Amino acid sequence: MNLNIFKWFNKEDKTSKNVAKERLQLVLIHDRSNSSPEFINSLKSDILEVISKYIEIDESCFDVKLVQTDDDSNSRGKPALVANIPIKKMKDRKRTD
Amino acid sequence: MGKVIVITSGKGGVGKTTATANIGTALAKLGKKVVVVDADIGLRNLDVVLGLENRIVYDIVDVVEGVCRLRQALIKDKKHPGLHLLPAAQTKDKNAIALEQMKTLIDELKEHFDYVVIDCPAGIEQGFKNAIVGADEAIVVSTPEVSAVRDADRIIGLLEAAEIHDPKLIINRLRYDMVKRGDMMNTEDMLDILAIDLLGVVPDDENIVISTNRGDPVVNQDESFAGTSFRNIARRIDGEDVPFEEYKVENGIMERLRSFFKINSN
Repeated sequence: MNLNIFKWFNKEDKTSKNVAKERLQLVLIHDRSNSSPEFINSLKSDILEVISKYIEIDESCFDVKLVQTDDDSNSRGKPALVANIPIKKMKDRKRTD
Repeated sequence: MGKVIVITSGKGGVGKTTATANIGTALAKLGKKVVVVDADIGLRNLDVVLGLENRIVYDIVDVVEGVCRLRQALIKDKKHPGLHLLPAAQTKDKNAIALEQMKTLIDELKEHFDYVVIDCPAGIEQGFKNAIVGADEAIVVSTPEVSAVRDADRIIGLLEAAEIHDPKLIINRLRYDMVKRGDMMNTEDMLDILAIDLLGVVPDDENIVISTNRGDPVVNQDESFAGTSFRNIARRIDGEDVPFEEYKVENGIMERLRSFFKINSN
């Protein structure tokens, strides 16, 4: 019962049910798109390879992830692939051709 | 021609068998002719939950193997004239029934009963495929826990792939006291995540354990919360528009102290 004291000071969005809901929503994006971390990693390295032919990118900040789009109907939102690709500099196309 | 409803969940232990027994019994109490089918070959349980375990002579595998006729394997419940059980086999291999055999069997049952309610085994393997093969509709049972909800979501996807559309959700073992203090997902959270229609919410109720001990479904207890929920679920299945039950949690002293703190911290 004494542990409840800590809960009084917790903010509403830190309740364990909200933690559960957030974790579920994240894990279900991957479950529903049938993608494993290996799938994402392999996709990521292929994208990197192609883009690197044209652009010099900051690999440490390069990120590809699956996100859930907002539902416009009451059906399940479609997953979307979102990539963050920070550019260091454009490569000279003539030299690579 | 009757309606075939499969009760499924993915995860084990969330209350599929209890739900099947209670929905079947409640439909029979509404005057319907019902057969509940235990599709969990090798892990027979629906018989004990219904209190019919001592009357089993033949089982579902005997029927498909032609050892007996379908009528011989059906056990008639003495308390509810419309209720029948087709028990699972306990000792046989769980792959003893092929998809086509199951489909033929369910189609035959459908001709003789208003409702065929199938208790699906846990998992997504052959047993699951057998249980859903003849189903017109599906009910997904989930408790408000991450593991159960995740598995329910997977099952909803598989049902869709099998062209069993618009499954309905039963949220089982909801604890209103925990929901109130934010420690359990509520109905809205579950519907948000799973995005299917709600059929009913069954509160966590110790009467379930007691009635299962006795082999007498909780729908036979007029005053129990879980019994009321299951009776209302059966009426909704039968097409009646029954509002969802609302349970209020009494404000205890801890609750009042907590709200006092919240008001002051704002």
